[in-house]
Amino acid sequence: MNRAAAEAVIIRVVALIASMALFGAFVALAGADPLDVFYQMYRGSFGTSFSVQNTLLRAAPLMLTALCTAIPARLGLMVIGGEGAMVMGGLAAITCGLACSAMSPWIVTVAMALAGFAVGGCWIGLSGALRAYRGVNETISSLLFNYIAIALLSYFVEGPMRDPTSLNKPSTRAIPAADMLQSIPGLEVHWGLVFGLVACVVAHVLMMRSVFGFGAAIAGGNLRAGMLCGLPVRRMMIIAAVLGGGAAGLAGMAEVAAVHGRANGSLVTGYGYTGILVAFMAQHEPLAIIPVALLFGGIGASNGLLQRVDHLPDATVAVLQGILFVVILASETLYGRFAIFRPREERAVRSAVAGAAPEAT
Amino acid sequence: MTDPALDVTGIGVWGVPLAVASGAVRIGTPFLFVSLGECLTEKSGRVNLGLEGTLVMGAMSAYAVSYYSGSAWLGVLVAGLVGAVLGSLHGWLCSLPRVNDVAIGIALISFGTGLAFFLGKPFIQPSAQKLPAIDLGFWSSSPEVRSALQINALFVVGLILAPAIAFLLARTRWGLVLRTVGESSDAARSMGYRVNTVRAIATTCGGFLAGVAGSFLSLFYPGSWNERLSSGQGLMAVALVIFAQWNPVRCLWAALLFGASSALGPALQSVGVSSGYQLFNAVPYVLTLGIMVATSSASRRLPGQPAELTVAR
Repeated sequence: MNRAAAEAVIIRVVALIASMALFGAFVALAGADPLDVFYQMYRGSFGTSFSVQNTLLRAAPLMLTALCTAIPARLGLMVIGGEGAMVMGGLAAITCGLACSAMSPWIVTVAMALAGFAVGGCWIGLSGALRAYRGVNETISSLLFNYIAIALLSYFVEGPMRDPTSLNKPSTRAIPAADMLQSIPGLEVHWGLVFGLVACVVAHVLMMRSVFGFGAAIAGGNLRAGMLCGLPVRRMMIIAAVLGGGAAGLAGMAEVAAVHGRANGSLVTGYGYTGILVAFMAQHEPLAIIPVALLFGGIGASNGLLQRVDHLPDATVAVLQGILFVVILASETLYGRFAIFRPREERAVRSAVAGAAPEAT
Repeated sequence: MTDPALDVTGIGVWGVPLAVASGAVRIGTPFLFVSLGECLTEKSGRVNLGLEGTLVMGAMSAYAVSYYSGSAWLGVLVAGLVGAVLGSLHGWLCSLPRVNDVAIGIALISFGTGLAFFLGKPFIQPSAQKLPAIDLGFWSSSPEVRSALQINALFVVGLILAPAIAFLLARTRWGLVLRTVGESSDAARSMGYRVNTVRAIATTCGGFLAGVAGSFLSLFYPGSWNERLSSGQGLMAVALVIFAQWNPVRCLWAALLFGASSALGPALQSVGVSSGYQLFNAVPYVLTLGIMVATSSASRRLPGQPAELTVAR
């Protein structure tokens, strides 16, 4: 492992420990025993085979929604519209699934996935295009798109697409059980997890090993330099936004096709917002998203036990996520502060400079 | 979701413009306070997206304090102070090198709302002392008109505050320092001003105003504390400030416009439009987006935009 990677991992782990310490102090103030809270969190996330599967189920959409922030971030775009793209992807998937329910289940699944990807991609792609061609800030526009997506969802679910038999909770009609996304053989976890893993690997190859990814890194590091190199920066921005949005749309499709079988208010899960946190903690590196998503899936999975055993409110996990988010971002300031992580050559130069001019800081 | 304050069925279709007008003031007031706070922060060259979290935290603490003390105004004050603490947290974290203000803002949304939901659990049921209203509808015999013309004192405060902040920014030494820091941190530093301190103070003041906006939500309109209280007002304020071109007085008009657009959906619903009202709930967001598309430009800076600001680029 090279020094830069070691620095990244160690700073993240230190931030994680610091966050857990802060969280422990917080739950202690709230009257719970921090050690028991940590034990329940372990039990609820990775302690039993049931909780591991619960963790995997939650990690799958997080991988996909994290990509929605991580891929555009390589180009310097800060997209926080994963929630909306997921909702729109789910809505498109159910529309498509209901429309082609006469066909074989394989075709239905593929069509639903494509529809989810395409609509989620267009949703965030629009945000990217507005940024590229109109200079509209993508952070704010993608966030507004979240609220618009949720309004569209409630319109379609309560209006034109409503299943008349869904009384208490307005929903669309359900796709037939045969068309649902199945579990991975031997696990109680649906194929959405494979979508997430494959998407992260593909994104890694694209962003870290391809010409496109190299160009994206140049433009993301210095936009003007990218333009001066003749890179089609605007088009690249839109492509990155489409790919990210498509990933989140796929998460919505998996949620509809594997979990609910229909679209309703449950599609607004909050995975989109947690995905932002996952992407930042993974430093927008697609492969690093996988372990981080597992970690946050585990935190989410432990929520039930925290409520039942420690009698903490359901917002406890939200507090932990908030603390983690703030501490991890604040820990960015630690980069480059420790001489041990610098490349050997640079350290040699620095000590020579320091020796020559002791008053320099 | 019938809304008693906007229930105007008694006077027929004329209820819609009335409800929209009263909604402009009612729903616009929190927009006004958040956007004034954001305006102050952005003028110093930093953006605080975390005001959404501040708003929710302010709403919760105002409700809790009002419930325990019986004084709604004490609740407003505490909400402001809580907001100021969150604002100074943002200001301090962003003073650290390599820390991105937009990202920290998103983190503080998550932190503020999470904390508010955690601490606010016991206050969802009980009913706290509300802020009093100024009754401007005393001349009317119609109860609909009377309820629509209940103006909150905080709106009046906001009416005074907007030109006051404009004066502060344009005509005082403090305002000049603030704007200098926002236009060129190098120039400010060379004149001996501490850029990070000025920005931290501006963010703290902005947080105070956002906290007050939150107290309006929980103590006046909608007037209760629950987890769906805020629907992105704190974030829309950022777009609103861009729309208002960083001018506090224009923030006032923009806030009223946003309030009116938010009131449209419930108003139509109350006169019996039963389908498609969900789409009207999206009007404020579409309006925000439309405004941003219309006013932004890929090639030039907007008039009034602080040069150090990253979010409007």
